[in-house]
Amino acid sequence: MIKAILIFNNHGKPRLSKFYEHYTEDTEQQIIRETFHLVSKRDENVCNFLEGGMLIGGSDNKLIYRHYATLYFVFCVDSSESELGILDLIQVFVETLDKCFENVCELDLIFHVDKVHNILAEMVMGGMVLETNMNEIITQVDAQNKMEKSETFIFQSPRQDR
Amino acid sequence: MSPSVCLQEMIRVIRGARTQGEERGVIQRECAAIRAQFRQADSGGRSHNLAKLLYVHMLGYPAHFGQMECVRLIASSKYSEKRIGYLGAMMLLDEKQDASLLITNSIKNDLSHSSQHVQSLALCTLACMGSAEMCRDLAPEIERLLKASNSYIKKKAALCAVHIVRKIPELGEMFTPSAHSLLSEKNHGVLHGAVILITELCERNPDNLKQFRKSVPELVQIMKNLVTSGYSPEHNVAGISDPFLQVRILRLLRILGRNNDAASDAMNDLLAQVATNTDSSKTAGSAVLYETVLTIMDIRSESGLRVLAVNILGRFLLNNDRNIRYISMTSLQKIVQTDHTAVQRHRGTIVDCLKDQDASVKRRALELSLALVSAANIRSMMKELLLFLSTCPPELRSHAASGIFNAAERYAPSQRWHIDTILHVLVTAGGDVRDETVPNLIQLITAASELHCYTVHKLYRALISDIVQQSLVQVACWCIGEYGDLLLKGECEEITPMQVTEDDVLDALETVLQSHMSTPTSRGFALTAIMKLSTRITNNVDRIRSVVSIYGSCIDVELQQRAVEYNALFKKYDHMRYFTMSYCTVILEFGCRSRLSLVLGGRGLKAEHVSIIFDCKDNVYLYWFLLQSVQLQMKAPSGDLIPAQGCGTVTQTVLLSYTNKANLKMRVRLSYSSQGTACQDMVQIDSFPSPAWS
Repeated sequence: MIKAILIFNNHGKPRLSKFYEHYTEDTEQQIIRETFHLVSKRDENVCNFLEGGMLIGGSDNKLIYRHYATLYFVFCVDSSESELGILDLIQVFVETLDKCFENVCELDLIFHVDKVHNILAEMVMGGMVLETNMNEIITQVDAQNKMEKSETFIFQSPRQDR
Repeated sequence: MSPSVCLQEMIRVIRGARTQGEERGVIQRECAAIRAQFRQADSGGRSHNLAKLLYVHMLGYPAHFGQMECVRLIASSKYSEKRIGYLGAMMLLDEKQDASLLITNSIKNDLSHSSQHVQSLALCTLACMGSAEMCRDLAPEIERLLKASNSYIKKKAALCAVHIVRKIPELGEMFTPSAHSLLSEKNHGVLHGAVILITELCERNPDNLKQFRKSVPELVQIMKNLVTSGYSPEHNVAGISDPFLQVRILRLLRILGRNNDAASDAMNDLLAQVATNTDSSKTAGSAVLYETVLTIMDIRSESGLRVLAVNILGRFLLNNDRNIRYISMTSLQKIVQTDHTAVQRHRGTIVDCLKDQDASVKRRALELSLALVSAANIRSMMKELLLFLSTCPPELRSHAASGIFNAAERYAPSQRWHIDTILHVLVTAGGDVRDETVPNLIQLITAASELHCYTVHKLYRALISDIVQQSLVQVACWCIGEYGDLLLKGECEEITPMQVTEDDVLDALETVLQSHMSTPTSRGFALTAIMKLSTRITNNVDRIRSVVSIYGSCIDVELQQRAVEYNALFKKYDHMRYFTMSYCTVILEFGCRSRLSLVLGGRGLKAEHVSIIFDCKDNVYLYWFLLQSVQLQMKAPSGDLIPAQGCGTVTQTVLLSYTNKANLKMRVRLSYSSQGTACQDMVQIDSFPSPAWS
């Protein structure tokens, strides 16, 4: 099970935080800080797996992370997930973001964090991997966005005939 | 104006804040505005207000006042409002809040909505934060959706069912028939969800195992199709067709084949095929290969296949990619208990990984190395482990130290080696060892009677070179107190002799007493050791007497108590002092307020139990403790044999919490056997030095 998905930048500022188990707000912030602290100490050419987080899960808990330019993508998982599989999943997530935002950068994540949540919701649900096919994910996200736009379109221009 | 613009405006303002304080101010203003707007129930900007609140929540500011707004938005008929409402519910609500119950009805309605996107919102939220009651209410709906014609809904319903089974395992049987039929789907997303659901059902209930074993041929067929199909652009990841699904199926096969010959036979060929044909040059292939190896090792596979599997792991251990090395060690850890000899063959490579730069790889290597220690390789392994201990990252020290102690205890080839190893650990990482190391080591030293001379010499030398490591200091002080006479004699076969005078020893102990690096416990040990030496040395008893009386006015209360009591021994009980200090010392501490040092006589006897009776007005506290066992408040005694003619002592520390301090008398009864006869001894102390407690 995936316990949490965190995206933060090189200074530890959170860009996305999704928890699949309930923690208090304070604990959530502590987890983000502790994860940043552990992950930022790592060199560039070491492996992508980290143990030793105290707050989530304890000894069964691993951090699987990837560092892209200014952002860390961290998945906190327990032993029921395949470590290499999650590593690939992070890659799929980033590629999907790239497709949806057209050459995604940190600013896109900052200003459209709700969209990122929507994309993530098509990939991971309830802490379990839902869909890994990028095209399928994008198709669904596009359909949802269209539905949302059509509502506001009506709202904005009530006189126009549909 | 799309909902996000207002959010973006706020984000821009927040980012413009130059200090943390400024940011807080901005956010407080925004939150106040949002709260006011929530109260107005203004239908225009509701969704972007909530979006702003969720952003603020991510940054760590309180957002609980948005909970009811989430409930309201979920009940709206507009998709955009529902969407943000459900997102808010997942972030702000949890089962402990009453608000979460209020959305149950909305979820129920949305599960039957005409639009699949609305249904999917409801499913997603239920899977994320559905409480047990919500799950119970909505389980029939989910079961119905599992049979829907829409694969998008089916796959989400499957994961939702997993969540329900986790919350209420008994509901599992509701989903079992549907789970079965989902395996014949073509859509990979649905298959994936189905496999996860079946895995969860099997792990929860062994009866399900029997049922789903019948599906093994079906699963094998699905795997075969994935492995042998040509290039399929839809599911291809680095040349492997849907590795995520393959990994899931392999895990399920592992659970189904465990301890079952028939199921294991059915999957044998498939596993051999995957193990030999999978291209592992990229992560995707390696992931599949590892799952295959773990499955082979866990089920009842043929021996040829097992050998193949362990060889694959061994090959990966030598891979340049650190990820692969890490994963191969994780896998080896899983099989080290069952296939110990196979893993032993790779011991050399694993021990080399102890020197890797990567802390994660080091950690795995440490775990595996500790698991591979055996009687045959203890000496060479311990060399490597001690070397590792001196250079390892601080977060691994404590674990390494305790692992080394365990290994030493199990496989020590000799007592001297054992003591040397523990001393080495204390010198290198004494600050990271557990508390019980000190009494355990004391016990060990006492038991190794022929090594007392060697041990006290070694500890003395360690003490005079460095007094930073407190556990080492404590053991050294204790040892010097006990065997100081051996130290002063100077001769010892196994160490180059060193002339030690009484002044040297007292200097060393006083250094510990006076150093600001010493903890109160260490000081206590040092003072007691000085006191014990008063019976073992001849020339410096006055020096000891003056040290003890100086500490009678020490600021540290614990130390003061001790000093005062020892002083009393010098003054009032001096006739007993030789008799008592040379025999069994029992130090009793009354909570944190008073302490009594009581010393008992022993004459070459084997003490079986000591009982202490406290009379205190009407209450009698009776404590029995066997010298071999550890009671709740009593630390382990250092041994159960008191040698004859004052050549040794047994120490047992007892901590008692005691509130009524008036008129305390104490009687100590010692039951023992001496030369085969059972005897009893009683000592009574009627009055205590009054500063003994406050």
